[in-house]
Amino acid sequence: MPRTARDVVFVDGVRTPFGKAGPKGLYAQTRADDLVVRAIRELMRRNPSLPPGRVDEVAIAATTQIGDQGLTIGRSAAVLAGLPKSVPGYAVDRMCAGAMTAVTSTGAGIAFGAYDVAIAGGVEHMGRHPMGEGVDPNPRFLAEKLVDPSALVMGSTAENLHDRYPEITKERADAYAVRSQRKVAAAYADGKIQPDLVPAAVRSAELGWGLATEDEPPRPGTTAEGLAALKTPFRVHGNVTAGNAAGLNDGATACLLAAEDVAGELGLTPRMRLVDFSFAGVEPEVMGVGPVPATERLLARNALGMDDIGLIEINEAFAVQVLAFLEHFKIADDDARVNPWGGAIALGHPLAASGVRLMNQLSRLFEERPDVRYGLTTMCVGMGMGGSVLWENVIWEGAK
Amino acid sequence: MSTGIKDLFADEVVTHALVRDVALPRGAGTLALITLDNGFDHTKPSTFGPNGLAELDAALDAVAARDDIAAVGVTGKPFVFAVGADLKGVPLIGGRADALAIGRLGHDVFRRLGELRVPSFAYYNGAAMGGGVEIGLHCTYRTISTGVPAFALPETFLGLVPGWGGTYLLPRLIGAERALELIVHNPLAQNRMLKGPRVHELGIADAIFEPADFLEESLDWTARVLTGETAVRRPETDTGKAWDDAVAAARWTVDARLHGAAPSYVRALDLVAAAKDRTRDEGFAAEDEALADLIMGDELRAGLYAFELTQKRAKRPAGAPDKALARPVTKVGVVGAGLMASQLALLFARRLEVPVVLTDLDQDRLDKGVGHAHAEVEALLGKGRVTADKAARLKSLITGSLTKDAFADADFVIEAVFEEMAVKQKVFAEVEEHVSAECVLATNTSSLSVTEMAAGLRHPERVVGFHFFNPVAVLPLLEVVRGERTGDAALATAFATGKALRKSCVLVRDAPGFVVNRVLLRLLAEIVQAVDEGTPIETAERAAAPLGLPMPPFVLMGLVGPAIALHVNETLHAAFPGRFPVSAGLAAMVAAGKPGVYLPDFTLDPEVVEIFSGGTAPSTEEQVLERALAALADEIRVMLDEGVVAAPQDIDLCMILGAGWPFHLGGVTPYLDRTGVAEKVTGKRFLDPGVASVPA
Repeated sequence: MPRTARDVVFVDGVRTPFGKAGPKGLYAQTRADDLVVRAIRELMRRNPSLPPGRVDEVAIAATTQIGDQGLTIGRSAAVLAGLPKSVPGYAVDRMCAGAMTAVTSTGAGIAFGAYDVAIAGGVEHMGRHPMGEGVDPNPRFLAEKLVDPSALVMGSTAENLHDRYPEITKERADAYAVRSQRKVAAAYADGKIQPDLVPAAVRSAELGWGLATEDEPPRPGTTAEGLAALKTPFRVHGNVTAGNAAGLNDGATACLLAAEDVAGELGLTPRMRLVDFSFAGVEPEVMGVGPVPATERLLARNALGMDDIGLIEINEAFAVQVLAFLEHFKIADDDARVNPWGGAIALGHPLAASGVRLMNQLSRLFEERPDVRYGLTTMCVGMGMGGSVLWENVIWEGAK
Repeated sequence: MSTGIKDLFADEVVTHALVRDVALPRGAGTLALITLDNGFDHTKPSTFGPNGLAELDAALDAVAARDDIAAVGVTGKPFVFAVGADLKGVPLIGGRADALAIGRLGHDVFRRLGELRVPSFAYYNGAAMGGGVEIGLHCTYRTISTGVPAFALPETFLGLVPGWGGTYLLPRLIGAERALELIVHNPLAQNRMLKGPRVHELGIADAIFEPADFLEESLDWTARVLTGETAVRRPETDTGKAWDDAVAAARWTVDARLHGAAPSYVRALDLVAAAKDRTRDEGFAAEDEALADLIMGDELRAGLYAFELTQKRAKRPAGAPDKALARPVTKVGVVGAGLMASQLALLFARRLEVPVVLTDLDQDRLDKGVGHAHAEVEALLGKGRVTADKAARLKSLITGSLTKDAFADADFVIEAVFEEMAVKQKVFAEVEEHVSAECVLATNTSSLSVTEMAAGLRHPERVVGFHFFNPVAVLPLLEVVRGERTGDAALATAFATGKALRKSCVLVRDAPGFVVNRVLLRLLAEIVQAVDEGTPIETAERAAAPLGLPMPPFVLMGLVGPAIALHVNETLHAAFPGRFPVSAGLAAMVAAGKPGVYLPDFTLDPEVVEIFSGGTAPSTEEQVLERALAALADEIRVMLDEGVVAAPQDIDLCMILGAGWPFHLGGVTPYLDRTGVAEKVTGKRFLDPGVASVPA
């Protein structure tokens, strides 16, 4: 009997507020697994009609799968979250696109018919697990010149991207960063960000217990002048600064996916429909360009052009990498379709958690924009990759 | 505050009161969250001494001065809320003024939580006891985690009252009947602790949340309460007849159990009884007075002494050899397949999780013994105490063999055969044919000489006494007996094994009756002798009431069985004929096959009364007590002089853990000192003043 793919919907998504990594950060003394557990529990709480035993899979991403991010974090988080022991889970790693991959993998499993309902998310505590912790790159990478020596230093790959797109100047990158900060500040003021946030208990030996209720990284007063003065740590007289890149952050995300018919049966309200996804590889030393081929492939397969895309949530690992994407698709730097509520330069980018933040935000935007049918979530990935996911607004008015 | 008390608590581990602002959800404003944290992990729970109270007071000063907060919250460090007053300085308090100051200080600080301009919330995130519970009672609202493993007001158990607001606030919150469950009934029941869900059911906590995000959900609940979205409803407290009835019922229970011997319970009941009609100031002042009286009383000092014994000395037995000498025990043999043998087999299998082989010469008895142990496993499974997998594992661990070659690879063999020297010697000799030279041979004898039992063996250094108390699964004491030739390795292995069995071990020299039976039998012999002399059984039975024993002497005799009592009596008589006369009445009772002095309806058996009739020199209740106490003091002094145990502390530990003697007497030696009996009978005290009494 021929197999019929099922429609997959994104029902709901939440995240902890993001914190700054490091000893003074919001989550300096908070465990990574506790953060993702909190997100999962809130997701279940917000969807009370879903019997916990109906969750068929818990896929949680982390780039550094050590310590409190190890122990097959999808499974251990499921147990810690109090889901029935019958609910399985696994850990995912595709660096920055971990949570995105958790969504596409479980989403594909739902489409295939193997799952009805899945939780997908990610966590990264870059304070407890600095980038590159415990890595042991094979010497062949360099000996055989498989990758450029700069490939493993993300900031250097961003500088490389400025070389490839000489028209993207430091001034353009800084201007983009300032806009991102302003958009986040405006979105906060309008209460657009807060609905996705799950307050998380934080404790420090010195201060006692507290509650994380807002993102810690945003710098609302950022100006172009201020950014111009920042150092370029990855290259002397370079372009990439702490101001036009996402910081080092801690945080967790989780979302609920379901087969569309099952969502209806369980009384779950979908926000968007998974149309298709694509991952692509590029030269690792310019990993930031990854979203370009991933998105090209995705649009071609679905016979769509960029004009058909009404909203784009692109991760802002570096301003230059966003601008390269926009440059390629001939989209203006300040196009209103792109990250309307700002992005990772302001909000932060806890690597493997970020993919679901993009989806949360897109799904909220869809709710406000019934005129928009299609939206993209896309991001670049270390070691030279890009991922792009195409979503359809379930309340698109054209369908009526 | 009296600077005196701060000095007395110079070694206080100070619990800090850390204050941090929390932006509450739902726009409910700012909550000042106080975290109680002594800076250590959960293995050293937060407690309150004068310095910690001063820090909390300062934190409340800062909070009270603010007009920008909507509420105040209090919670604890991970896994611990707070476990009450720091009692380490109490034994040093020598004056009533200092004792009174401690009570007042606690009230003065804690009550501020209930008298702020804004509501206060306690979030019981973990273990909460005594003053820890009371901090929360002063708050306007309380939440509790389902994961809280222990919540209790254990003060009366130790000899105090929950006097930092507990006796006043708790009954007014949840009614006297429920409050007395915590204040009186649980302390009486081996200091039972409540778990989170029960605290919510009782109405102490207004809301309950799971541990995974307890604080987040508590804060969200707080926001809902503050915004009016959630209304907190509590049933009206009945301050009429129900209150009085509950106090009366608890009084009856306390009298029946302790015969007025423990003043803390009486004071607690008096406070609860009066709390319904008192103002807050009156209630707290009455608590201060009660605390001061009790702190200056010997019962509390004895209680603290006893608590220290069971918490510290029981875990580090005096005189035990170096732990490093202990050999691993990977298989256990049990000689015999009777009831005691199968109980031992189950205990070893459950705690050590190694194979346990029972042997008996008779297949039917063997089947019965193994079957009994397996049935006990099934019973545990039925009660949900073990999983099906664990039950299967335990059953597979417990097997039987008709021959002792099954012991070949055992490291520890314990005999539980008939209590007769020749039988036990023969059994050990047979076992020695099969086991390695290092295998420990343990005897569960209650009265025979371990030295003599080992005498004919090739390796007498491997024999130890391992004296359990019935029921072996329940009673925590294990007397570990060192025979004259017992080696350090065997002894260390015995202690390690006892610890693995989760027993509190006390090292005892090989002496007739060891500790518990010898002390109990001396007491019993004195009382039975009084009856032999013509004292009515009822009089003799009542005479021992001030000792607060778990059961009167003749009830105990019935439980042990007159035949066994007589057997131990005879053994002790053989060793110490002057001090342990064999009672003619007891011998006659056994000959008549009487199971005790009482009929099944707990009236005296007229035939037993007849057996004991004929005495011509009856004693009064007071005289019987005086004799009994004198006998106890005499016997314990002799035991200490003989070196049966290292110190009076070991006697007390044995009597508390093995015979259920009460904390407020400190076991027995503090009571004998306190009443002057020790000095009168033996010429000196057992313990220096201040060790388990108010310093002179």
